[in-house]
Amino acid sequence: MSLPIDYRRIYELILRTRYLEEAIIQQHKLGKTFGPLHLCLGQEAAGVAASAVLASEDVITTTHRGHAHYVGKGLNLKRLCCEIWGKAEGYGQGRAGHMIIVDRQTGILPGSGIVGGGLPVAVGQALAFQIKRERRVVVAFLGDGASNAGAFHESLNLAALWRLPVVFFCENNSYGLTVHVKDHLSVQDIAARSQAYNIPGLIVDGNRMEEVAPVVAEAADHARSGRGPTLIEAKTYRLHGFSTSDTGGYQREEDLACWRDRDPVKHGADFLLKAGLATQAEIEVMDRQAQTEVSEAVDYALAAADPADLVLPAAVFKE
Amino acid sequence: MATRQLFFNAALREALVEEMTADDRVIVMGEDVAVYGGVYKVSHGLLERFGPERVRDTPISEAAIVGAGVGAAIQGLRPVVEIMYADFMPIAMDQIVNQAALMYFVSGGTVHVPLVIRTQGGSGSYAGPQHSKSLESWFTHVPGLKVVAPSTPAEAKGLLRTAIRDDNPVVFCEHKLLYRTIGPVPEEECLIPLGQAKVKRAGSDVTIVAWSRMVLEALKAAEELTMEGLEAEVVDLRSLCPLDDETVFGSVRRTHRALVVQEAWRTNGFGAEVASRVQENCFDELDGPVLRVAGQDAPIPFSPALEKKAAPSAADIVAAVRRMCRHSRGVNLDTRGESGR
Repeated sequence: MSLPIDYRRIYELILRTRYLEEAIIQQHKLGKTFGPLHLCLGQEAAGVAASAVLASEDVITTTHRGHAHYVGKGLNLKRLCCEIWGKAEGYGQGRAGHMIIVDRQTGILPGSGIVGGGLPVAVGQALAFQIKRERRVVVAFLGDGASNAGAFHESLNLAALWRLPVVFFCENNSYGLTVHVKDHLSVQDIAARSQAYNIPGLIVDGNRMEEVAPVVAEAADHARSGRGPTLIEAKTYRLHGFSTSDTGGYQREEDLACWRDRDPVKHGADFLLKAGLATQAEIEVMDRQAQTEVSEAVDYALAAADPADLVLPAAVFKE
Repeated sequence: MATRQLFFNAALREALVEEMTADDRVIVMGEDVAVYGGVYKVSHGLLERFGPERVRDTPISEAAIVGAGVGAAIQGLRPVVEIMYADFMPIAMDQIVNQAALMYFVSGGTVHVPLVIRTQGGSGSYAGPQHSKSLESWFTHVPGLKVVAPSTPAEAKGLLRTAIRDDNPVVFCEHKLLYRTIGPVPEEECLIPLGQAKVKRAGSDVTIVAWSRMVLEALKAAEELTMEGLEAEVVDLRSLCPLDDETVFGSVRRTHRALVVQEAWRTNGFGAEVASRVQENCFDELDGPVLRVAGQDAPIPFSPALEKKAAPSAADIVAAVRRMCRHSRGVNLDTRGESGR
């Protein structure tokens, strides 16, 4: 059985993710970021909730759009920002960048900037857990785009065939880069693809943490008890461009307006209030705390030291 | 007592059996490796011996096979995965290049990938352009991968055992024509370090550098050359990455001539890297340019009449050495007419 879900904690992490994405946009405008940064603005609830309900020994594989997963699984914000800014104290010592963060302690193994590329690695980790009789689960994040990649289909088939403890969690944010799902998916619902692999397929509202969290917790229990994988599709929307280098112009105004109304941060606060889990005053405190923490982390990273020169081949090969 | 003789595939099998016996983290996965025992019978009998949890037939899903190996390696197993033909490696290339090779680097050295990818390539079995390639050069281009290509049963065994114990991803290249070659394999444990070339034949006139099946052709050529009074030294690289430069340079400093032989396509093959390193490091010692004898730059043709000309033979090596040794300092060796070799 999974632990009771701590929605206050999840909401705090959603706030941190939101402030992180906003801070990155601000820094990008100032010319103080490097390279393309893939933001999850508007879809924070799905990624945070799906990561935060897991046990600490569980593992996730993430995507190029991984900030919600990183924060949800418990990465330290300062070290996360150091990797986003390519500094020595980053999780990859500045070698990886924001797409490929790897951290064994929190169980982020690994991020992957190749769409669909992390899925076979998730399956392999689940295989190791099964062989070693470890009651651990892998949540493999993917986007709508990755559900069209060969690696997705190979991974679902293998995981289903061997009943491996893996949960495939698809954040359908309506766009594969700039292409709308209606122009790149042969199905209305990605969850329907589960039928081809004889595993359960579920659809949740990705902008509501209270929908995502229990469904992922249950799928994780299902996997943990040896009953195999589940494919979960979280319907959500990417409010920002593909990355900071995306000049936009392809998202319909009415869609943007509709999804802004369904903002996961606003939803989260409403849920806490209605469920009596927090008061308005407490929510305001959480908000200020998150804002302060993110702002301190970004300042810390901006001022942090660059990595020293690589020592080769030691940086590339283990002795 | 004479050292026992084993076929190349049996020597590889022994390495797997011994490592699986010594370390229960070692598992074997791939297409047709369990019930059937592998298309070249390398994993024959492993399923019966170690059971279905550690010896697994997989779907025909090369990306998932390698990726699952990467994931299992990250979580403490030591997988040996098999990609049935080197020609199928491109299907798994993303997992090899974008996952396996860089995990240690991007994790700042905190996560390593002890994975062996065994694969089989080479021409000579009339298998056509999609089942005959030599692609080892591709993997040597990617930092983070070790690349091994043995030529004898004893070395196949010793290198595979070391590869399984290595904490880095190793691409282990086997030539299909070598599986039925036979040679002495000591009973005792003989681990061969990766990155140690071996002089297979001493000689004073020319250094021939080769790996995998081309070592056999080079040795054959060296025997023929003795009749003309030429003594070739044959260096078997055994591992391309890490590369044992010093053994190659040491030999070239003795012979003053170097020829690199590879079955792989000539252009941008690993032979070019060896030739380049030799001229960068031994320029003053050389009596002439470093030459290459290599596969012709064309897809491997099916027809037996054409296929036998796709890869270098001992005769091609003999011809190249003859020209090198007759040519005197300063004369330009024109290799353009070498039928693409």
